[in-house]
Parts: sequence; C-alpha cells; structure tokens
Amino acid sequence: MNILKINNIKKNILKASHYGKEGHVASSLSIVDILFVLYDNVMNLSVDNINSDNRDYFILSKGHASLAHAAILEANKFITENELMSYCSHESILGGHLDKRKVPGVEASAGSLGHGIAISIGVALASKIKKIQNRIFVIVGDGECNEGTFWESMLLGANHNLDNLYCIIDYNRSNDRALKLDPLGEKLTAFGWNVEVIDGHSHAEIIRSTNNNLPGKPKAIIANTVKGCGIKEMENNPAWHHRTPSKEELKEMIKELS
Amino acid sequence: MRGQFVKTVSKLIQNDERVVLLLGDIGVYGFRDMLTNYPQRTYNIGILEQSTISLSAGLAISNLIPIVQTIAPFIVERALEQIKVDLCYQGLGVNLVSIGASYDYAALGCTHHCPGDISTLNEIPAIEIIVPGHPDEFDELFNQNYDNNKPTYFRLSESNNNNSHAVTFGKNIILQEKGEVVIIAVGPVLQAVLDASCDLNVTIIYCTTIKPFDFNSIKKFLNKKILIVEPYYSGPILTNIHRELGSINGNFSMIGVPNNFINKYGNKDDIDKMIGLDSESIKIRVLEKINEK
Repeated sequence: MNILKINNIKKNILKASHYGKEGHVASSLSIVDILFVLYDNVMNLSVDNINSDNRDYFILSKGHASLAHAAILEANKFITENELMSYCSHESILGGHLDKRKVPGVEASAGSLGHGIAISIGVALASKIKKIQNRIFVIVGDGECNEGTFWESMLLGANHNLDNLYCIIDYNRSNDRALKLDPLGEKLTAFGWNVEVIDGHSHAEIIRSTNNNLPGKPKAIIANTVKGCGIKEMENNPAWHHRTPSKEELKEMIKELS
Repeated sequence: MRGQFVKTVSKLIQNDERVVLLLGDIGVYGFRDMLTNYPQRTYNIGILEQSTISLSAGLAISNLIPIVQTIAPFIVERALEQIKVDLCYQGLGVNLVSIGASYDYAALGCTHHCPGDISTLNEIPAIEIIVPGHPDEFDELFNQNYDNNKPTYFRLSESNNNNSHAVTFGKNIILQEKGEVVIIAVGPVLQAVLDASCDLNVTIIYCTTIKPFDFNSIKKFLNKKILIVEPYYSGPILTNIHRELGSINGNFSMIGVPNNFINKYGNKDDIDKMIGLDSESIKIRVLEKINEK
C-alpha cells in the first residue's frame, strides 16, 4: 500500500517539475521515503494541529528538494493538487525553494544552505525554554554539511542538550566529488551527538531511528540514500541534478513507477 | 549606552517571559545577574554569529522575542546573509543590538570598525534601523519597539548627546526652525551639530529612526539647503529620501564617515577630528552651506 502512495508522490514530483520546467528532481527523490515516513508514522504534525505550540516541527534545510516537500504537503492536505502542479509558475505559492509566508506547513524558508539546521537549533531550544515536550525534525543534505554553520549547529545542539532534535542527513554522496565527509558518523559522535546510520529508503529503519534517542543528546541520523531513487536513468546521475523531464521522459518515468 | 542596555533588558526579561537574550561572548560580565537569575532565557551562546542569528530566527518562529548582542561588524557584516534570509525575508521579530558603532574601538583597528552597518542593512527590505543618541533614548525606543514582531537593528555607541529628547520610533524631531539651511543630525552626532551651530541661523532636525525614515517631517524643507550629518558612511538617509521621491532635485549635502579604511588608532575623538566629524569641522561645513549661493 505504501509503495503505491510513495510512487504516486514520485509521479507528482515528476509531473510538477515537467509542468513548471524547474526543480531539483533527483535531490527530491532522495528524501521521499524519509518525508513520507515522518509525516505518516513519526511526527505529531498535521493540518489540524499546525498552529498548536505542542506540534512537532519539520524543517527542510536542503531547500532545493522543495518538490519532495511540496508533494508530501499535498499528500497530507496542506496544499491542493492544483497548487502543487502550479510549481514555479509566476503566480504559484510554490517556488524552487519554499517560502514559509506562502506555503502552509513550511516552518522556515530555506534555500541558502546551512541555515535551516541552525534555525532548527533555535526551535528546539525554544521548546526547552517553554518546556514543551515536542520534537523537531530537520533534513540536511550532505553538500550542506560543507557549511560552517552546519558544524556550528552541531556544537550548539550538543552544548544545549537538545535531545528533542533529530537531524537527518540525506547522505546520497553527491557531494563526495567536492569535499568528502567520511567518517561522518565518527565526527558527529565526537561533536556529542547520538548517531545512527540507516538505510534512508527503509521505512522500518526510518521509524526505528526516529523513535529512540538518548536523554540529553541531539540525534543525528545518517540516512544512506540514492539520489534520484526510483528512476534508473536518474539514480546517481549528476546530469539530473537540476534537470526536468521532457514529455517523452515523463511518460517513460511514470511507466517505470507504475 | 551599554550600561543602559543591561538595565533595559534586565527589566524586560523580568517582565516579559518571551524575551531571550543571546550574547556573543562579548561584555558578558555585565550580564552576570541575568545569567544567574534567568539561565533559561539568557545565553552566552558563543562566538558563532551566523548560527546565532539563525538560532534567533528559530526562537522567533516559536513566538519568543530574541535579543542578540555583539560587536557591530560581527553581527552585521559576518552574519549578513542570515539577517537577510532568516530574519528579514521570513519577517521574524528579532532585535539586533550592536556595540562599537563606527569606530568606538578605534585602537583595535579596522576589523573592529563598522561604519558600513547602516548603509549595508538599509539595503535589506523589511528591516527597521534605529540609532539612539542617548541612553534614555535607547531605553525609550527599545521599549516602544522590541515586541513589534519585525526585525530591528539598534546601533549603540559609547558616545552620546548631553541631553536626551522625547523620541518616538519612526519620527524625527524638529529641534529648531530658522534660516535657509536644514541640518538632519542622526543619533549621537547631534551633540557635535548643536555645538557647531549654536549661534547659527539653521534648522535642526533630529533623527533616530533611519528606516522607516520619517519623510513627512522633511517635506516642507525640500526647497531649502539640506545638510545630512550621519555618524557612519554617508548615504542611507539620502537613499531613503530618494526612494520616497523617486528622483532628487533638491540641494543636498552630506557629512559622514568617508568610504576609506581608517588605518590610524587612538580613540573616537581622534578619529572624529581626522575625518571631520568633530564640531569645529562640522561648523566649517555648515558655514559653507549657509554662504552657498
């Protein structure tokens, strides 16, 4: 059942990108499983409680994967199908990076890398200050881990014992060509985070890793993922980093997902 | 003004449980009582200004009211993108309070100077910019403004005017009205302007809110000779007037910090004299303006 839902979300990502002639499709497909599980099984977050102080928070720090977030928001009734399919058109509420002031369910406007993770530190600290028992989930890209503010945030999260914060690193290794991060787990452990390495496409592992943490420590989940997951032509193919499918390609890709 | 900042925030943190203070490991001893009494809302967050600004955005998303304080260049120039994207673009109510002004740390050299703070921030949409000229004015303006849910920059300075004025956020004050020359004096530079023009036939307008600029207060003077005196790189006020008018045909002159690195040391007064922001130098410029045909 879930596979049908997941494939439908992926189809919507491809269609919206095709219609809008914009989008980082491969980066989006990399995190569909994680987003689906967070919204479906893990977070206390829905259209019904989005204004509640006690809700869980989700922040997409790797903002260029906006298509995945938009498609998940559509699947969870935050936005309509028409809004999703208007992606990046002039009057759309959806741009290539989502704007919190336009899109319901978006907590922080991301785009420049290394911002969302530090914002999530502030949201997690605010929950501690207000003594709210909620959780904050943030997805960062591996390329984003190049930014100094990512490492500053690692210092801050551990220093303030933010055990309500779950930082999921979309480790699709697209950044290895520039700046290798390994051994990433050892580095984050040394920074004082509770680290777990998972298969970022395994729903069971995503659920397990996001439902346990050590008291007093923020959690880093290194999710091994495949960029472009689900579309053979796109998987780990850098040509697809910022490319949208043509009419013919869309047809073939939809067939692949059916 | 730093002492007043401590007093003002001490009071607010007692009375408003939404207030959270973030210090950049600068002047921390002055905040020791707050750190002891309100440890859940007073943080010496560390020397990581970019993440501190983003973190403050996260606090504001959760409906708290952050106040971030450190030295001007580190808050404005180092964390500029965070101010632009995380605070202004997202429209979040964070208060940025800088110390050091243009060259209060004259002896420490150019890394600690920040005469570009106002012109830099003035280019970011949605930010409010306040330059108080007296500790009492800071207290007044901060209390008027701190919870208005908008990103606001307060520029504190070590020097101040002899007397405070009854300031209101977003409003200029016409201190005297006479003659054909109109001086717009910003914040702490007012004292030098008053000393320079006490026996001169000039209009003096006192400005503490740079953005949004109180254009209405100067409308009726636009056909006169206007001299803008700013204690930072010249230009933000003229830019804001220009944006309001769409074009500028009037007679405007500016006195401010020249757009050069200040590579001498000493103290603020030494630099004021060197660059012409002392009362004697200002008087010469005012007289030139009066005598200008």
